[in-house]
Amino acid sequence: MPENTPLLSVRDLSKTYQAASGPVEAIGSITFDVRPGELVCIVGPSGCGKTTLLKCLAGLLAPTSGSVTLDGAEVREPPKKMALVFQEYGRSLYPWLTVRDNVALPLKARGVPKAERQALVERAVEEVGLGHAMTTYPWQLSGGMQQRVAIARAVAYQPEILVMDEPFAAVDAQTRADLEDLVRRVWKDLGVTVLFVTHDIDESVYLGERVLVLSSSPTFVQEDLTVDLPAERDQLTTRALPRFTELRTHVYEQIQRAKRGEAVAATP
Amino acid sequence: MQLTDTVAGPGPGGVAPGDPAGTGPRAGGRRGARRPGGSAVLGGLGVVGFALTWEVVAWAQVVDPAYLPRFTTTAARLVTELGEPRFWSALGDTVVTWGVGLAIAVVAALVAGAVIGLVPFLRRATRSTVEFLRPIPSVAIIPLAVLVAGLSREAALVIVVYAPFWQVFIQVLYGIGDVDTVADDTARSFGLGRLQRLRHVVLPTALPYVITGFRLAASIALVLTITAELVIGNPGIGRQIDVYRSAPDAPGLYALVLVTGGLGLLVNLVTRLVERRVLHWHPSVRREAAA
Amino acid sequence: MSTVRRSLTSVGYAAGLPVLLVLAWALATRGTANLYYPAPSRVLDAFVSTWLAPATLTRDVLPSLGRFGIGVLLAITIGVVAGTAIGATPWLRALLEPMLEFFRAIPPVVLVPVLMLLLGIDDTMRLAVIVSGSVWPVLLNTIEGVRGTDPVLTDTSRSYRVRGALAYRYVVLPAASPQIMAGVRLCLSIGLILMVISEMFAASAGLGYQIVYFQRQYMIPEMWAGILLLGLIGVAVAAVFQLVERRVLHWYHGSREVARA
Repeated sequence: MPENTPLLSVRDLSKTYQAASGPVEAIGSITFDVRPGELVCIVGPSGCGKTTLLKCLAGLLAPTSGSVTLDGAEVREPPKKMALVFQEYGRSLYPWLTVRDNVALPLKARGVPKAERQALVERAVEEVGLGHAMTTYPWQLSGGMQQRVAIARAVAYQPEILVMDEPFAAVDAQTRADLEDLVRRVWKDLGVTVLFVTHDIDESVYLGERVLVLSSSPTFVQEDLTVDLPAERDQLTTRALPRFTELRTHVYEQIQRAKRGEAVAATP
Repeated sequence: MQLTDTVAGPGPGGVAPGDPAGTGPRAGGRRGARRPGGSAVLGGLGVVGFALTWEVVAWAQVVDPAYLPRFTTTAARLVTELGEPRFWSALGDTVVTWGVGLAIAVVAALVAGAVIGLVPFLRRATRSTVEFLRPIPSVAIIPLAVLVAGLSREAALVIVVYAPFWQVFIQVLYGIGDVDTVADDTARSFGLGRLQRLRHVVLPTALPYVITGFRLAASIALVLTITAELVIGNPGIGRQIDVYRSAPDAPGLYALVLVTGGLGLLVNLVTRLVERRVLHWHPSVRREAAA
Repeated sequence: MSTVRRSLTSVGYAAGLPVLLVLAWALATRGTANLYYPAPSRVLDAFVSTWLAPATLTRDVLPSLGRFGIGVLLAITIGVVAGTAIGATPWLRALLEPMLEFFRAIPPVVLVPVLMLLLGIDDTMRLAVIVSGSVWPVLLNTIEGVRGTDPVLTDTSRSYRVRGALAYRYVVLPAASPQIMAGVRLCLSIGLILMVISEMFAASAGLGYQIVYFQRQYMIPEMWAGILLLGLIGVAVAAVFQLVERRVLHWYHGSREVARA
């Protein structure tokens, strides 16, 4: 793994909205790098502009200033090498398409030949454990299964980086644990880079190899923390490790400080 | 949930309140970023652009000016028309026919809808007949109405009442059908009587549907009033349009067409206001906010 | 056993009232010779002998239906294409919306005299009447449907670079289809009305013309039979629409049911 060439590079990114009451600074200035093959979690207090940040990374929203670079090229429109998983699974899947067609549509748009498309779709849907549900419609599935479909769609797209926006915020606890393990497995099996945004501190520590703690708005990176937990993680044993508890307490304190607005920028 | 429906649900084909299927745009899009100021300016530009295009096309005489007068000519004619007693009596006739027709349709539909809607047996027994009668185009009965009532307001009323009646009737059935069985059972378990349940459970649920039905019915009734006047020849704006057509008096014709459009907009606006007013204090509106 | 019984019951419910009504009509007109309300048997006779006669069919009924079909197809096509373009372009929408609302508020029938003046009295005018009157609900509902597309879906499509024709085919149009179909429903009933009305003015053939002709000639059973035919056409159009709608929007109805449960 080439350690020093980042896959994704965010430099002094800021975003200011023009609201009726005047300009609102959603993101102050954010700078960070993601290296190839990393699994990075971004965690921050609610309302800190996580979704805005993601939209800027994904080329869906133009930043007010600063830049986003993916694999050496500046992001100005949704990049080919990135796949997105949204929080609102119920609204990001096309309800008029079957599971198969939902996963296949982005590939069709990319011009992947039919036979190859089918193989990719089948492999991805199998990977998330929904091989039996190919011809059902998303709304016939439970919330957790719908989010699996969204993950399958992202995986089939063969991205270099997988960006997930609080994907499990709306599912129940048991489903959530399963989906977290699915993300770890996909990351390991496919060697894809993952950027995972969450407001859940435990989740960020359990999933991530690195955790970026954001301050409250106007947002900057408050801390860049390496998670030195073993690579093999397990919902029971990992979460019971003393180191896990230390890390989550640390992140928790950082978030509390961020909420109180006491934080000092970790990177000047 | 129901209140933000965009399409008639399954079953009798009613229209959920707030449904844009019948008229104008939904209040407030999901994208909140619209600037009303900017779009009002653009909309005004659109109106001016339309008038200009009309003026230029007429000026260039693409069509014989006897058939397409200029916009300015038409506008001037509209102003003179507004000064004529003839115009106002025609407008009065139209409004009376519309009002009477709408009132008859709404009252009849409320009574029939309530009786049939509340009695499951009647509801089931009348379904096929309703499904057959409702899509009959109202104009099909014009000859019959003329035959029975002559070239009169009464003949026009037959047509004006027909379609709006079904519109409201279906909405009443749909509204009563939407009553939450859990709420009804709860009310029953608390020992509420038939009348009390009607007042506290059925009415609040059905009211938004009825009001929406009323709004749609008011527009349909206006269209049919003018249609009847035009086809049957009973006094009103519609007949005046036909008089100007056969004269032929193109500026007069176009001026009155503009009047009918304005009348349609006015009815839309007023009924929408009524809808908002009535549903504003109503507890069922909370569901709309929650949806 | 019980399914047989259940289906018999539902047939009974469906047929009961219509049978009773026709019987009541037959009884009320028995023996009397009321000019305006002929017995159902006479209406039925007239229906077969006039409206189903080959001459009437080819001269009046089929051309009328043809104009209706072409007219509403044109209206739907124009409405969907223009509506998609306007709905997807915010400034165009803001520019045109007040004018479109005004045009929609004009009772479609007053376009008949206008178009008679502009185009003369012929089939083109009759077709133009149908199209210009029934295009508005489709157009405005399409604009509204396209505009109301869930922003999460739009973002999803953008992020996966689904765009151009593919996006219209698989995202924009399906997303707007519930609204579009509601507009189509209105378009069909307005189109049918305008087909009849356009033939009531200065025509020499057509369904609407024939009905008025029978009324003026006091051929009352024939007139009743014509009304019956129009009713049947209305019901048939509604039935076909329902079938198509169920197919096109099966996902919509399905997801609504799930959401409601």
